[in-house]
Amino acid sequence: MTLELFLLLASALFAVGVYGALSQQSVVMVMMGLELMVNGVIVAAAAFWYFLAPAAPDGQVLVLVVIAAMTVDMAMGFAVVTLLFRARDADMTDMAAELKR
Amino acid sequence: MTVTGAPVWAVVPAAGVLLAMALAAAVLDALLGTTGTGGGGGTAAAARGRRWSRPLAESARLMRQRGRTTVAPDRLLWRIGTAGPLVAALLMAAVVPVGGTVVADLPVGIVWFNAVDVTLWAVVWLAGWGPNSVYPLVGGYRFVAQALGYELPLMFALTAPAVAARSLNVGEVVQAQRGLWFAVWMPVAFVVFLGAVAAFGMWGPFSSPVGRDAAGGVLAEAAGVDRLLLLAGRYALPAAGSGMAVALFLGGGAGPWLPGWLWSLIKTLAVLALLVVLRRRLPVLSPERIVRIGWLVALPAVLLQVLVVSAVVVAKG
Amino acid sequence: MQTALFCVPAVVAVASGAAVFTVDSMARATYALALSFVAAGTSLLLLDLAYLGVVTILMMVMEMAIMAVFMVMFMMNPAGLMPMSMLHNKRGAAVISGGVFLALGAVALLVPWPERRGTTPADPTRAAGEAIMGSKMLVMTGVGAVLFTTIVSALVLAVSRGRYGDDEGAQDGHREGRGPHGGHGGGQDAHAGHTDHAGHGTHAASSPQEDAA
Repeated sequence: MTLELFLLLASALFAVGVYGALSQQSVVMVMMGLELMVNGVIVAAAAFWYFLAPAAPDGQVLVLVVIAAMTVDMAMGFAVVTLLFRARDADMTDMAAELKR
Repeated sequence: MTVTGAPVWAVVPAAGVLLAMALAAAVLDALLGTTGTGGGGGTAAAARGRRWSRPLAESARLMRQRGRTTVAPDRLLWRIGTAGPLVAALLMAAVVPVGGTVVADLPVGIVWFNAVDVTLWAVVWLAGWGPNSVYPLVGGYRFVAQALGYELPLMFALTAPAVAARSLNVGEVVQAQRGLWFAVWMPVAFVVFLGAVAAFGMWGPFSSPVGRDAAGGVLAEAAGVDRLLLLAGRYALPAAGSGMAVALFLGGGAGPWLPGWLWSLIKTLAVLALLVVLRRRLPVLSPERIVRIGWLVALPAVLLQVLVVSAVVVAKG
Repeated sequence: MQTALFCVPAVVAVASGAAVFTVDSMARATYALALSFVAAGTSLLLLDLAYLGVVTILMMVMEMAIMAVFMVMFMMNPAGLMPMSMLHNKRGAAVISGGVFLALGAVALLVPWPERRGTTPADPTRAAGEAIMGSKMLVMTGVGAVLFTTIVSALVLAVSRGRYGDDEGAQDGHREGRGPHGGHGGGQDAHAGHTDHAGHGTHAASSPQEDAA
């Protein structure tokens, strides 16, 4: 059990999340990709805490902050999707293209 | 009384005790029931005599009954949902001390209990989703809706004893009640906890996920062993929750004359019997009303309770 | 031994994470993600982070239970009974994510990580608790404020009777309130229950007066 192993796990989770966030059309599925990326961040933060600076609590606090950030992402994401769906019966990123302008 | 972890083989007797408790709850429930005489004619006394054995007879019948399949079910998720409640009850029971021993002496036993009860959100919904049928799905959604209502009050009700004991370890919470049981000076948390136990067990006023108005809800398409597992889980969940209530609020195995483990079991059976008896005396609440009660009554009350407990802990130093 | 223990949740986490984007059924996708989080939380338990590991599992299973509701509500093919592709730019995404993995993996393996400073505290949970109620209190206060803002703004955005809704919900409620009253009138169906009365009276015999009594 080494730091490298945990970081490899974290990067694999992050990369799968990147794939999902980029390839999925549905906003909800894009959010699943983001969640998976954040999952990787949690593992990496915990591993850094344990293997590099276990005496300081910063790593643990970071994990808590990341979990909180994930809930914010979820809540706001669902609110926006609900709004988008109600406005034009669409939940696909491609159909919300005019948000770019 | 200090609480220590048990060897691995203790898993087997612990599971046996939990199942026996579930069976006891089912027998009491059958005795209290007024409907259904267990088939056959005869006098009222004979019918009452049959009710004793009804849970076992029903189990035997379900074991022989064929399972039901529906059109295009999601078998994997259905299986998970079917086994889920019973497995969750067993996982909860793993951190409940009986006398001075506990199967898993986790440093964060209370959080573990909470995490396991959250998995019920998932498994009950899956049990409703799996069969690809309307009424189970209605039941699954009802459970998620009522879970939104009871979960936060439950979390804060769990927080109160943890704050008072300054520990998340269930054994240390038991130890902290040597002078005074927590039920005495945190009654609100105790009552809310019992209500939440009834709620995650789909019990009494919280039984709309398996309600008759939805043709049995989550249970509608379950037959044979599947139904047996779901029903066993539904009786085992209040049993595990009662065990936790005893450990957190009623002093665990503390009591005169008898050994600790016996006190734990007696108290757990008493709480469980209370839940079973109350079940018949309260009307079923719809999920939206549960959410309203949970957020407008139970949550503020239990938050005040936690405030009082924290103030007492700080004042005592 | 420890490494073997680590490999199980690690493989499960990545495999179920990949399953999220390959299965057809949205319910399966959501709970595959939940399984991935449970496995990641389990791997935290190996790092002496009992509290954070269990809390991760708690939070994420709850989030995914909610997520499943939204997935079924918004996706075109919730049960996966109708095979269809919901992807775009598949190759680009694969190339980019592969690149990300290689880059991060290279960083993980090639960077000379500093030596471990200090040892794990006897009770990491207590250390974390004391940090967030002491030196790191400002962080958690900020998180609290952000979460509260999130609740308010998500509600403002999503509630249909609010500023951004089209008031559809209010109209629906109105329509339901008016309701069809036809069903409650008399008619033969209303008397169906009377046939249960032992022996006396049939449909024809039971009169509205009897009903009122």
